[in-house]
Amino acid sequence: MPILSSLIFLPVAGMIIILCLHKDNRRLIQTIATMITGIQFVLSVYLLFRFDAQATGLQFVEHFSWIPQMNVFYHLGIDGINLPMVFVSGLLGFLACIASFGIKERLKEYFALYLLLQTGIMGTFLSIDLFLFYIFWEIVLVPMYFLIGIWGGPRKEYAAIKFFLYTLAGSLFMLLGILALYLTSSSHTFDIMDLAKQSFPLQFQQIVFLALFFGFAIKVPIFPFHTWLPDAHVEAPTPISVILAGVLLKMGTYGFYRISYPILPEAAVWFGPAMGILAVIGIVYGGFVAFAQKDFKSMVAYSSVSHMGFILLGLSAFTLAGFQGGMMQMVTHGLITGALFLLVGVLYDRAHIRDLDGFGGLFAKMTVYGGFLIFISLASLGLPGLAGFVSEFMILMGSFPVHPWMTGFSCLGILLAACYLLYMIQRVLLGKLNPKWENLPDMNAREIFTLVPLMILILLIGIYPKVALHFMTTGITNLLNIMGVQA
Amino acid sequence: MVLVMDFFISNKKLLGWISVLSVGAALIFAGTQTYPATGLFFNFFTIDFFAQFFRLLALTAVGLTILASFAFKKIPVSLHGEFYFLLLGFGVLLTVMGAATNLLMIFLAVESVSMTSYVLTGIQKFNKQSAEASLKYLLFGAVSSASMLFGMSLLFGATQSIDLLAIGSAFQSANSGMHAIGLVGLLFMLVGLGFKISIVPFHMWAPDVYQGAPTPVTALLTVAPKALGFAVIIRVLFYAFPHLASHWGNLLAVLSILTMTVGNIIAITQADIKRMLAYSSIAQAGYVLAGLAVPGVLGLRAVLIYLLAYLFTNLGAFFTVIAVERETDSNEVDAYDGLAQRNPFLALSMAVFLLSLAGIPPLAGFVGKVFIFMAVLKADAIVLAIAIALNSAVAAYYYFRIIRAMYLRTNKTVTPIQNPLSLQLTLITTFVFVLLIGIFPSHVIHLIEKALTQFPVF
Repeated sequence: MPILSSLIFLPVAGMIIILCLHKDNRRLIQTIATMITGIQFVLSVYLLFRFDAQATGLQFVEHFSWIPQMNVFYHLGIDGINLPMVFVSGLLGFLACIASFGIKERLKEYFALYLLLQTGIMGTFLSIDLFLFYIFWEIVLVPMYFLIGIWGGPRKEYAAIKFFLYTLAGSLFMLLGILALYLTSSSHTFDIMDLAKQSFPLQFQQIVFLALFFGFAIKVPIFPFHTWLPDAHVEAPTPISVILAGVLLKMGTYGFYRISYPILPEAAVWFGPAMGILAVIGIVYGGFVAFAQKDFKSMVAYSSVSHMGFILLGLSAFTLAGFQGGMMQMVTHGLITGALFLLVGVLYDRAHIRDLDGFGGLFAKMTVYGGFLIFISLASLGLPGLAGFVSEFMILMGSFPVHPWMTGFSCLGILLAACYLLYMIQRVLLGKLNPKWENLPDMNAREIFTLVPLMILILLIGIYPKVALHFMTTGITNLLNIMGVQA
Repeated sequence: MVLVMDFFISNKKLLGWISVLSVGAALIFAGTQTYPATGLFFNFFTIDFFAQFFRLLALTAVGLTILASFAFKKIPVSLHGEFYFLLLGFGVLLTVMGAATNLLMIFLAVESVSMTSYVLTGIQKFNKQSAEASLKYLLFGAVSSASMLFGMSLLFGATQSIDLLAIGSAFQSANSGMHAIGLVGLLFMLVGLGFKISIVPFHMWAPDVYQGAPTPVTALLTVAPKALGFAVIIRVLFYAFPHLASHWGNLLAVLSILTMTVGNIIAITQADIKRMLAYSSIAQAGYVLAGLAVPGVLGLRAVLIYLLAYLFTNLGAFFTVIAVERETDSNEVDAYDGLAQRNPFLALSMAVFLLSLAGIPPLAGFVGKVFIFMAVLKADAIVLAIAIALNSAVAAYYYFRIIRAMYLRTNKTVTPIQNPLSLQLTLITTFVFVLLIGIFPSHVIHLIEKALTQFPVF
């Protein structure tokens, strides 16, 4: 069975089935969507077990000619660089689908678009052909626009179009970069593996790197391209925020790992310090702004800006530890922030406000919720023994020998994370109970079910990082070899 | 060429179907013909794969338009016979335009196509807007024709020939004074032809005409004469002026950037959807022009692919406008509020057409845009490439205004919109083609490479 194609196109099949159903068939629509994302998750777990972590090169390859005149291939494959993200996408796709049961309006359209989104995400992570990659990358945008725009908060229209135009502008430049690579490559190819084997003159590399950088940087988002993110996050419905923070942002950093770095190594090294500086600005700025937020969701959104900055810092170091840490952070931030957004959603579903000052003393009423929130917050602020610590520690370790000053400043980001997260806990959970929330029920079974797997993984990676690192090491070493940088 | 016109059939609906069938038969006939490039009637025409490609394009557009116009209620029944006759005649004239390789023939073809366009625009005799549009069109058109004719006379004076290829070879061996005359002649011709394909700064007539004309006619005018106008420009530029390629290349690059920028920026503020799509079609002509601004096979291939993708996409978008106009009698963007609830397929197909116009994969418009980008980058025209990229982002904003209305807004009236079979058929056809060209472009690329095989490029 072509397992990677199934991962990508199962949701399309599900989408078509859902579109054929009557819109009042709510139960059936939910069941189909859950089943499809469930199968996706199972397939991604299956890949984890069948993946040979020692082997270099791609596995589970699918390779067909698609547009012969342009040398475009339908080329999919898995290695240590995309496997972790495929797993995280599968997991969060499934959990967010369950979390979507709270959606009440226009159910049919919601789940159809949600499944299309899954197709785009999986396709982006699995494509080895740049043309294919671009197509899936853009496919992600369209359902996302609708998911924010239809089911979002009060300023949803503004947030949706802002998200769309920002990312579209970025990706058009990325397309130019991709076509420039294609036209300049000796064999006119879109194949990432072939392109990585060729060497381009430095000046050309720099131009193309910059073009690709726009596309990826807006997605990550790297300061100063981040302004769409808080809007999109605040307005998006909970499950979509989870996908946005957990998976979509990682598409940007994944682009560096998969495309920019192996194909344009010299330009990457050349731009390294600049990227480091942007990373530090993002880390510190994101932290400060998060600290100042009154809205729970925008606090988490800005914390994402800060945490994504760490990935960039790891990327700018060109060391094994830095790269591994960045990769690790992509996984752990996906799990942690996904969980945080789910928790924000739990509270919002009950209270219908997200104003941090409007709560207080909830720990007494919602014990399970309080416990979960504290656990995830501690993971996010980098408590040793939980996943967030592992990745951030590795990044700092990897970047310190290269950029000691920048690394020093970034530590401020960790400190700030502790500040805003603990301050948030204080305002939401501790203090006097606001009488308005006397009758707030605790989390229900469905909500607990969506969070527990994330918490288990966070703890597991925190205690025994090798479960995750083990999959990445060969891929990262390989990348460093291609780039010709000494680890 | 099949042209069966029966004035004695009283059932106008039947007449319409006959017209569609005749176009369909012509299409099949045209699609299966293969013979080497031949000059006909003292080389007044050249029948080659290039002409054949544009014939297919024109016939498809005309056929789909006739089919779609069954559902258009604003044309009085008494005029239906003439209307279908004019459309069929229009189809014939367009195919002639694609095959013309001689100044005289070009002028005759372009003029008769224009005349028919004026009449088609004004077919709603008793509608003031329609009549005004028609008159405006006529006046602008007359001026541009005069300019074209003047350019042609200069060329004839300089080379003693009206055959494009002969003019080209005469210039090849000419001195620099002759080149100057040639350049001036070319400029005047470009002004004339620029009007027909509505490039900035010769676009002023387009929004009023496109808004005032009956919607099916607008649909046809935005695609078919435009595409054929490009066909003529391509023939003129590549047959008669290959030696001046660097000159007209730069000129067209500037015009291209102007056209797309002006078109897109003005489109943003439009409240009437026909007007918005009119400006959008001006901008689209700008993208096509970019393919000509980088003379070469890659550029030509890009132009043809783009025109084909644009044909189905734009026709589809206007067919949706017909469907909504039928029900709401309005062309305001607000009339599209909540369309997704009233007719999901209509909204979905419109969204697909708009996304294709915006160049989002995996749709037809994306394929066209990729090829344009590729040709432009290959020629190292970085500024042009960046201009197209920025324009595409701007354009997405107003295309999404319609998508926003359809999906994000709700409407007070929620009665479902029913489409008659004929209109539904045209929507499905264009929808399927937009998807097919986007997902499996290799067949289209093959067709277009064939269209260019007999083309003398440099």
